[in-house]
Amino acid sequence: MLKKVVSFSGRRRNWVIPYVLFLAFFVIAPMVLIIYYAFTNPEGAFTFANIKKFWVHPEVLNTFLYSVVVALITTFLCILIGYPAAYILSKMESRKAKLIVILFILPMWINFLIRTLATVALFDFFRIPLGQGALIFGMVYNFLPFMIYPIYNTLQKTDQNLIEAAQDLGANPRQVFLRTEFPLSVPGITSGILMVFMPVISTFAIAELLTLNNIKLFGTTLQENIYNGTWNYGAALSLIVLLLIGATTLINREGNSKAAEEGNLI
Amino acid sequence: MEQRIDIITIEALSHHFGDKTVLDDINLSIGKGEFVTILGPSGCGKTTLMRLIGGFLNAKEGRIIIAGQDMTKVPPHLRPVNTVFQRYALFPHLNVFENIAFGLKLKKLPREEISKRVKQVLKIVSMTDYEERDVDTLSGGQQQRVAIARAIVNEPEVLLLDEPLAALDLKMRKDMQMEIKAMHKKLGISFLYVTHDQEEAMTLSDRIIVMREGIIQQVGSPVEIYNEPANAFVADFIGESNILNGIMIEDKLVEFAGHKFECVDKGFASNEPVEVVVRPEDIYIFEVSNKAQFTGLVISSIFKGVHYEMLVTTPEGFEFLIQDYHCFNAGRTVGMLVKPSDIQVMKKERLSNVFEGQVIDDQHVKFLDNVFSCNDAGNFESGTEVRVRVDFGDVILYDNEKEGMLSGVVSFILYKGNHYHLTVSSGENENIFADTNDIWDDGDRVGISFDSSAIKLESL
Repeated sequence: MLKKVVSFSGRRRNWVIPYVLFLAFFVIAPMVLIIYYAFTNPEGAFTFANIKKFWVHPEVLNTFLYSVVVALITTFLCILIGYPAAYILSKMESRKAKLIVILFILPMWINFLIRTLATVALFDFFRIPLGQGALIFGMVYNFLPFMIYPIYNTLQKTDQNLIEAAQDLGANPRQVFLRTEFPLSVPGITSGILMVFMPVISTFAIAELLTLNNIKLFGTTLQENIYNGTWNYGAALSLIVLLLIGATTLINREGNSKAAEEGNLI
Repeated sequence: MEQRIDIITIEALSHHFGDKTVLDDINLSIGKGEFVTILGPSGCGKTTLMRLIGGFLNAKEGRIIIAGQDMTKVPPHLRPVNTVFQRYALFPHLNVFENIAFGLKLKKLPREEISKRVKQVLKIVSMTDYEERDVDTLSGGQQQRVAIARAIVNEPEVLLLDEPLAALDLKMRKDMQMEIKAMHKKLGISFLYVTHDQEEAMTLSDRIIVMREGIIQQVGSPVEIYNEPANAFVADFIGESNILNGIMIEDKLVEFAGHKFECVDKGFASNEPVEVVVRPEDIYIFEVSNKAQFTGLVISSIFKGVHYEMLVTTPEGFEFLIQDYHCFNAGRTVGMLVKPSDIQVMKKERLSNVFEGQVIDDQHVKFLDNVFSCNDAGNFESGTEVRVRVDFGDVILYDNEKEGMLSGVVSFILYKGNHYHLTVSSGENENIFADTNDIWDDGDRVGISFDSSAIKLESL
């Protein structure tokens, strides 16, 4: 018996079994369930009604579009604030820069619900009304590090020789940036967008807390449906978000597959 | 004779990284259309010099004049030079055409002009039809060509090439050498080439600048540098040579390896210690006869393709490297002869180690930031500044760094026929020279100490 166990666990190909089980239970099975629920009615019969409902239901569609706009604004602001920060950091002495990067990431160690509650308290303290502005602030505040870090990473890895080559060919500092450093850092920006845009669409806690439940994001709609037991509709909405994430990733992959590898997230 | 116009003039240029002197008072000039190579081992400052000329490092001491204008403080993008970088530094986000057109687009040249000139240089580097290719899909040699094209398309006054062939394999390197030489001829602009490969320097250059530890050792044509090396370092670095200690008995008569030889050098003091260089191909080797100046026993004989390379030891205990078309097998006794004109006699740079020191008490003296016990110290008052002298043979080297009073790194090894002459760098800018029979390797970390009787003091 023991011999059998030893020989079973001794074979290297068997080591993969726990991971396969994990993937099967926690990734593949839920996906299959989402797809199953999305295309069935509560009685279990096949239907397109859930998907159709999304397109004909103006309220949900509006929430969806509104979420996309919020995500776009957040992403845009994150790039606007994050790029210069990452650029300055990449030019700093690496030991100092690493310290500051850690300072940027440090708030991430605190649970983001607590952080968001603290933001609410801060807004109360300064008597700034909660609402759309607070929502955008909260989003940017929460997701900024996810933009800075990949951009910093790519910029910092830029081959110094390329910058010198550009100077050598007659580029002044502005031209060096526009014609070499910036194009070379695009993979970092793409990574940053991936890490900011999609999570913002599906976040619901930030929206609930910072707008006192006045503004609904798509994440909230999803959560409500699941919470209220309308699983089939909720699954259909999840599937739509999933497809959107898949699409952006694919576009990114196809655009510059090699570049994306270089701009790796962490 | 043609009037020589200097395109680059460098005056009293020094550079430091922290406390370390990387370039020490460099003066040189490069003529219009000349092919000049800066040659030296790694760490000799050649790349630093190149980067200062390109403007990638700020020169703090000295002047750099390019095409008649003081460029010492001018940023790189305004200098009329272009560089071919060691690892090519092609822009990965641009294709071949865009890479080459980079400089021209910055100059805002009309599109047709750019296209015309890019096509022209692509033809020069034999890369026609590669315009649309992604630079990542090119081989090392092709990338090299694009890098050269990208630089020369701007028609610089001087093309700087920083070890451009270092990453290519031998065969490719030989081919590219020929192409670079041909390109130089065709373009008529000055090339300043940096390499550590002496053979490459010989092949390409009109003039070679040999550098070591931030100091120019010799400037001259390849023939001059080979036949009349200025010092033992140059002789050892360029080609192969037998370098021995000798004594200049009188004008045109030098003694080395236990024999007296006629030579052509004069102007030395009588009995002055000198260094003698004899190239391996300049020693005639034959059956023992009365023509032989000295004899020896062949230790090894290796066929090198064109010639045989033989190692011969003399009864006096000196080793000679000899190259000849005729083979003398190991174990044979042979006669040897060197013609007077083939003996190159050089002044010795130093006869012993000399340091500045201070007497601490009647037993101790301080130098090289260390206190050593010294028998000589009793002859001086405490606190006196003295000159400290240690003979090369009296330097004791230890395998274990910690065993010595000082630690250092072996930075240069010279075989002197019957012993090794080592240069050991200790601290930032100190060199200690040692004669030894032990075999060390370049880069070995060693401990150094001196015997109390070996430290000789002299008043200043």
